[in-house]
Amino acid sequence: MAEGTPILRIEHVTKQFGKLAAVNDVSLDIVDGEFFTIVGPSGSGKTTLLRMLAGLDKPTTGDVLLRGNRVNDVPANKRPTCMVFQSLALFNHRTVGQNIEFSLKMRGVSRSERRERCKELMKVVRLPEDYYAKGVTKCSGGERQRVALARALASDPDIMFFDEPLSAIDYQLRKHLEVELKDLHRETGKTFIYITHSLEEAMVMSDRIGIMQAGNLIQIGTPDEIYTQPLNKFVSEFMGEVNTLPVVIGADGKFDCAELSAQFIGPAQSNRATSGYLVIRPESMRFLNEPSQADNHVSGSLFNEYAMGSRVQYHVRAGNQMLVVEKLREQAFQGNLNDDVLIGWDVKDSVLVND
Amino acid sequence: MTTTSGVSRPPELRQPNVLRHFGQWLRNPGFISASPTLIFFLIGFVGPLIIVLGFSFVPERTFGFHGDWTVENYVHIISESYWISFAWSFGLAAATVVCCLLIAYPVSYGLARIFGRWAAPVMLVLVIPLFVSENVRLFGWYLVLLKGGGILAGSTKFLFGLDTGTLLYSPGTILMGMVYVYLPYTLFPTTLGLSLVPRDQMDAASDLGANRWQIFREVELPIAMPGILIGSLLTFVLAIGAISEAKLLGGANIVVIAHSILHEFTYAQNWPLGSAISMFAIVITGILVILVMRRLDLDRLLGRK
Repeated sequence: MAEGTPILRIEHVTKQFGKLAAVNDVSLDIVDGEFFTIVGPSGSGKTTLLRMLAGLDKPTTGDVLLRGNRVNDVPANKRPTCMVFQSLALFNHRTVGQNIEFSLKMRGVSRSERRERCKELMKVVRLPEDYYAKGVTKCSGGERQRVALARALASDPDIMFFDEPLSAIDYQLRKHLEVELKDLHRETGKTFIYITHSLEEAMVMSDRIGIMQAGNLIQIGTPDEIYTQPLNKFVSEFMGEVNTLPVVIGADGKFDCAELSAQFIGPAQSNRATSGYLVIRPESMRFLNEPSQADNHVSGSLFNEYAMGSRVQYHVRAGNQMLVVEKLREQAFQGNLNDDVLIGWDVKDSVLVND
Repeated sequence: MTTTSGVSRPPELRQPNVLRHFGQWLRNPGFISASPTLIFFLIGFVGPLIIVLGFSFVPERTFGFHGDWTVENYVHIISESYWISFAWSFGLAAATVVCCLLIAYPVSYGLARIFGRWAAPVMLVLVIPLFVSENVRLFGWYLVLLKGGGILAGSTKFLFGLDTGTLLYSPGTILMGMVYVYLPYTLFPTTLGLSLVPRDQMDAASDLGANRWQIFREVELPIAMPGILIGSLLTFVLAIGAISEAKLLGGANIVVIAHSILHEFTYAQNWPLGSAISMFAIVITGILVILVMRRLDLDRLLGRK
């Protein structure tokens, strides 16, 4: 996926607000037609970066190149890109139809042609046809989402930007729209650049993911790469509940974990790190009958269990650490709370990351 | 008739619907808490208005109600060229609104979007003159524009040897005075209206290909319109009743409607005609206000929806 012509190239872009660098020396190539997601917590600079790509803000230093042309000074209304805003920014004083047709009207497309295109788009985003004359304020959250999407699609942009458009929507509808969005990406073949603070959401939709932390783009990779090879503790913990054990690597190559007063076998180190965090995903943790069933083992007591639909999660207290184990529902662990349990994992399922 | 107990109750004593609703309304906490203000308004505002309304239908130069009603006062307004005063008042008021809007819009835009932390000081500078009585401020202009000894004429003569004569006693000067006095009434509602325009909607419009003018026409203006309308309305209504500007800066050349009313009630001692002119002005202004208010969503402007 990394091959192909970059439709958008970001070269050492920095955005300074006073002394604060909201975006700090970010470089990135976006491939034509890919679904790229930028993930980061609030304030990591992802929205600022997106606004610069859309032309709503100018970089302090660095260049944005669109198909090889420098577009730093091209205003948003002259760029072949379109954005779906976090707030959706629908024109509340207008109807659904007027919202969707806005970009066409600005371009002087005739009324009948606009209407025809609008009806097409409403079909694409699955809005009922009789919504055409409905006020957008009278639409539900999901419907407003679709209006915003159709409005952005109407201008037939080369690149679509999404600034956390699903963040204010309830879980079920969000899951549904994530899938629809990915399908839409497939159907339109456009380049999608998406922003979210949920790595889970990013995993579902993206071809590639970029992770931002405090203005820096710290890791870029496919969802699988990010999942299996997180760059550091921040990335691994960002992915949801993981077990991170602080370890010191001794001269014998063993991983000493002072917190659990235990020694583990860890993955082979190429960079000769002396300390770090051992990351083990909850689904890689298993309950053991005896220590020999896994490369590493820890004993603890079952603190609590949480049914999560298709999966069950267990919290096991070991030392002063709470370790998380996840099982499929049909393979649920049979035990009582406060039981002494033995849990373990294999070396291949662990990653060593730095702070 | 109730079927469960088998005993028929006497029919309820039914009040007429209107009365019952009125009774409920009287017990409504909203009404109870509003009643002191309401009573004050009834005595101090509606009462006198009814008296003026009554006087507008009594014969000329009478000072009481004797049962001989007439509409001749209203006929006089048309036949005795009082309509010229109306024309001046409404014309000047309309011109004031237009000028105020032209000045207020850019300033409001700055206050709402650009000035940032300077908005408060700028606002203060605009508000401070309001603490000084309107007449005093206008008299200041009078001194500036006075012929010969005026500050403007004196300065230009002293500095450049230029005799500017006087700018007083012309419709333009009256208009200037009115714009000067009523600008804040346009400015603040307009600023409120403009500050309601969400930044992201303007961004979205730009992102969707709208240029500056299209953003103004399609997004900014429609959303800010309630504020602009209220500001214009306030200014217009106040400007219709303006009198000092014309008297101080316009001399006796231009008689505005408030001046006519004053004249009839005092110098001419013709209360019925004065009352008729007042009622006429109130009705015309009222119609305009109602027409504009019907287009307004006050709740949205005050952020209640």
